[in-house]
Amino acid sequence: MQATSFLQILFALLFAPLMLGVINRTKAWFAGRRGQPLLQAYYDLYKLLRKGAVYSRTTTWVFRAGPVVGLSAVLIAMTLVPLGRQPAPLAFPGDFILLAYLLGLMRFFTVAAALDTGSSFEAMGASRDVTFSALAEPALLLGLAVVARQTASLSLSGMYAGMALETWRQAGPVSALVAAALMVVLLAENARLPVDDPNTHLELTMIHEVMVLDHGGPDLAFILYAAALKLWVFAALLVGLVLPLRTGHAWLDVAAALGGIFAVAVAVGVVESSMARLRLLRVPQLLVGAGALVALALILTLR
Amino acid sequence: MTVLLLAVAILLCSGFAALLAAASPRAATTLGAGGAVLACAAGLVASTPFLFGAPAQSLHHAWNVPYGSFFVEVDALAAFFLLPIFLLSALAAVYGAQYLLAWQGRKSLGAAWFFYNFLVASMVLVALAHNGVLFLVAWETMTLCSYFLVTFEHEQDAVRQAGWTYLVASHLGTAFLLAMFVLLGRGSGSLDFDHYSSPNAGALFLLALVGFGTKAGFMPLHVWLPEAHPAAPSHVSALMSGVMIKMGIYGLLRTLTFLGPPPPWWGWVLIGVGLTSGVLGVLFALAQHDLKRLLAYHSVENIGIIALGLGVGLLGVSGRSPVLAVLGFGGALLHVLNHALFKGLLFLGAGSVLHGAGTLEIDHLGGLAKRMPWTATTFLVGAVAISGLPPLNGFVSEFLIYLGALNGVTEHAGVAVPLLATIAGLALIGGLAAACFTKAYGVAFLGQPRTDHAAHAHEAGALMRWPMALLAAGCVLIGFCAPLALRPLAGAIHLLSGLPPQAITGQLAGAADPLRFVIAGSVALLALIAALAWLRRRLLAGRTVSQSITWDCGYAQPSARMQYTASSFAQPLITLFAPLLRTRRTLAPPEGYFPGATSLITATPDAARIALYEPAFSGVGWVLARLRWLQHGRIQLYVLYIALTLLVLLVWKLG
Repeated sequence: MQATSFLQILFALLFAPLMLGVINRTKAWFAGRRGQPLLQAYYDLYKLLRKGAVYSRTTTWVFRAGPVVGLSAVLIAMTLVPLGRQPAPLAFPGDFILLAYLLGLMRFFTVAAALDTGSSFEAMGASRDVTFSALAEPALLLGLAVVARQTASLSLSGMYAGMALETWRQAGPVSALVAAALMVVLLAENARLPVDDPNTHLELTMIHEVMVLDHGGPDLAFILYAAALKLWVFAALLVGLVLPLRTGHAWLDVAAALGGIFAVAVAVGVVESSMARLRLLRVPQLLVGAGALVALALILTLR
Repeated sequence: MTVLLLAVAILLCSGFAALLAAASPRAATTLGAGGAVLACAAGLVASTPFLFGAPAQSLHHAWNVPYGSFFVEVDALAAFFLLPIFLLSALAAVYGAQYLLAWQGRKSLGAAWFFYNFLVASMVLVALAHNGVLFLVAWETMTLCSYFLVTFEHEQDAVRQAGWTYLVASHLGTAFLLAMFVLLGRGSGSLDFDHYSSPNAGALFLLALVGFGTKAGFMPLHVWLPEAHPAAPSHVSALMSGVMIKMGIYGLLRTLTFLGPPPPWWGWVLIGVGLTSGVLGVLFALAQHDLKRLLAYHSVENIGIIALGLGVGLLGVSGRSPVLAVLGFGGALLHVLNHALFKGLLFLGAGSVLHGAGTLEIDHLGGLAKRMPWTATTFLVGAVAISGLPPLNGFVSEFLIYLGALNGVTEHAGVAVPLLATIAGLALIGGLAAACFTKAYGVAFLGQPRTDHAAHAHEAGALMRWPMALLAAGCVLIGFCAPLALRPLAGAIHLLSGLPPQAITGQLAGAADPLRFVIAGSVALLALIAALAWLRRRLLAGRTVSQSITWDCGYAQPSARMQYTASSFAQPLITLFAPLLRTRRTLAPPEGYFPGATSLITATPDAARIALYEPAFSGVGWVLARLRWLQHGRIQLYVLYIALTLLVLLVWKLG
């Protein structure tokens, strides 16, 4: 039990950047290209970690603190998320509130670092980021509160250990609605299509990428790695909910959950290949829609 | 008790002394601020034991005012509110000692200190008073002293207007309190707090909600708040926002202790009030351009969070769920203390900005972090804390309210709806608050200076810096010692919920467990930050690290004025919530091939003021104007009025 708890941290640390590779490969497959190597994110990280850096004269220590605080916050957040049924290293009642707020701390400092450059483009991205996340946060917390109510547990590990095939059989629609909302939140929070296009080349239309335009070298490596870990955190949240597979063998469960996480990566790739990006004005509607799904799930649980 | 009354006496005497020494600004400042610090230190020492289980002490003296008696008592609830009063008053006094010197020669600092010390003394008495008349006298003194402090710069028209709004709103609120105390004392014929009986508790609860809610700033009774807070000198704004509006919460809680077991609808009402105040407060804050006005709306938001916690607690008491009651009341009370710390800090920071840069218009600032590093760093701590982010204190109190609501959601089906609304509301408020404070901090302190004022800003003096640093340290301390901060809450929760002390201690111990995990996470977070910062430094050592301009996407001539402004940063959210905010835009668009000057002005006046109070007050004014024909200035007719009145009275008396 303990071993798997700590191993799952190791898995996340090692395999999170691989998710980006899987997404890219999926998109390449849809487009009929060969695509980047699966390990491209690792090469990028390695390259960036070996570089020097250029700092804008406008910036202060806040700009340098942004990537460090962001990566630290997401690393702590990662220790709260169970992988499948295996409990997380840090599990306590209300841990998902800390999870949401740690991601909030990461955002606060990323946005502050973006504003520190004095660039209009970066501030524009920052403004969009805080807008969309303010709308995504209620959907995330309320969705997890629904799961808490279903499983009568207040910690993520307890909630996901309590999710079983039986839960899906009894209240399938509730779980499905929450899972759909979580998927929308995952796409929005990780700056994926249809909210933000990670491959866009025009600063005016970016959200996350434009906030980190001025970062380079190890700072950018931290940001890239933190983004990969954040995607992993959300994927693990989703997998715990939709994959209530319980084989009885801890190792098999872990393997299944790992498979699930990469399946989420493939799903993100499929969404990105099959959808255009929404107009920015439409994104709030999507996020409020996710909130509405959760509200519907709530009504079903309160019956 | 004696020491607490001595502290009040010191405050009153030093206030008078400062007034007498008004001829010398330095002497007045030393007497006023010195007296306040001394009294607060004494009061703090005297009131702390009551938080840790010391039995309540009281003092009862006859008073020749009808129904009045000098009945004061200090119990755990009063002591819990005395803690932020003494802490913040002392620090704000130290800050004010330097801050107010900018006005020496132009203003009477003696009068300012007189009202400051009387304000602190009256707040202490409000917390101690156990007689209706004494309470109302202290309450009115508090209102009037703060009114005179708000109108410190009364030569400005806007300040006089703000003071007027404050005075009218406060007295309307007091009218409800008067009615409430009369109803409370009617049965027993005494206005002492221990004689109250409450036959119609529902009506009394509503009277208290309106009367105390006006002071606390519940939406839509908050209209005076965004006017008065920016008008007052900054250390007074800090005191008003940090503790004075909490006296409204104190009054409401004290009243709840008289009213007997609460029905569930009280909890529903408070959660409704909390959601309205919280969400609308932060939205209006987002739309503001003035730093202190923005902070004032955040006070409305935080009062909303406190009301949410109280609502959860009331639902717990009415539903006989100790965990809900303890976590709800506990979270709300802790948020009272936390808000005093970080809002006090932020208002003092805003004062330093005004002092150093000469303006509070966020869009005229920028780049202050380089010129005012102390203010910028402490303001950042306050901004993170007020956004409810870990590892600081704002997270702890919000976490307790969340945890209470979650416990209720999983265990009690009946009250799940308001509790889930609480969770969703807190999440939305948290996200929006983070948006608002990244805006305020990012635009004012980061980037490049947008005007000459900002470019030549200077750091505040030592007496202004230390109070901010201490408040910031307080925010960090409560964040990292959260389980210890729960212990002083037990006595107050006992008075509010009527639960046996063992049950409360047990529930608080249950809540302390997750908080220990939170702190473990926070400590690990700090360790990771340190480790990664070290790693980054190691990686960059020996490599080329150069300085350049900000990447401008190929544009060759960027200027500081092209930076994103606070208004543009908040624009997506403002547009999204436009039906609630009703922001007014005045746009002079660029026209022709060689466009001249263009302008865009946005303003978000208070919706409640415009939609509710202005029509109501102009209606009242219209009705009263109908009576104006009685007032025409002819003395003969006035004499006739008198004669007629006497005649009517005579006939009535004889007939």
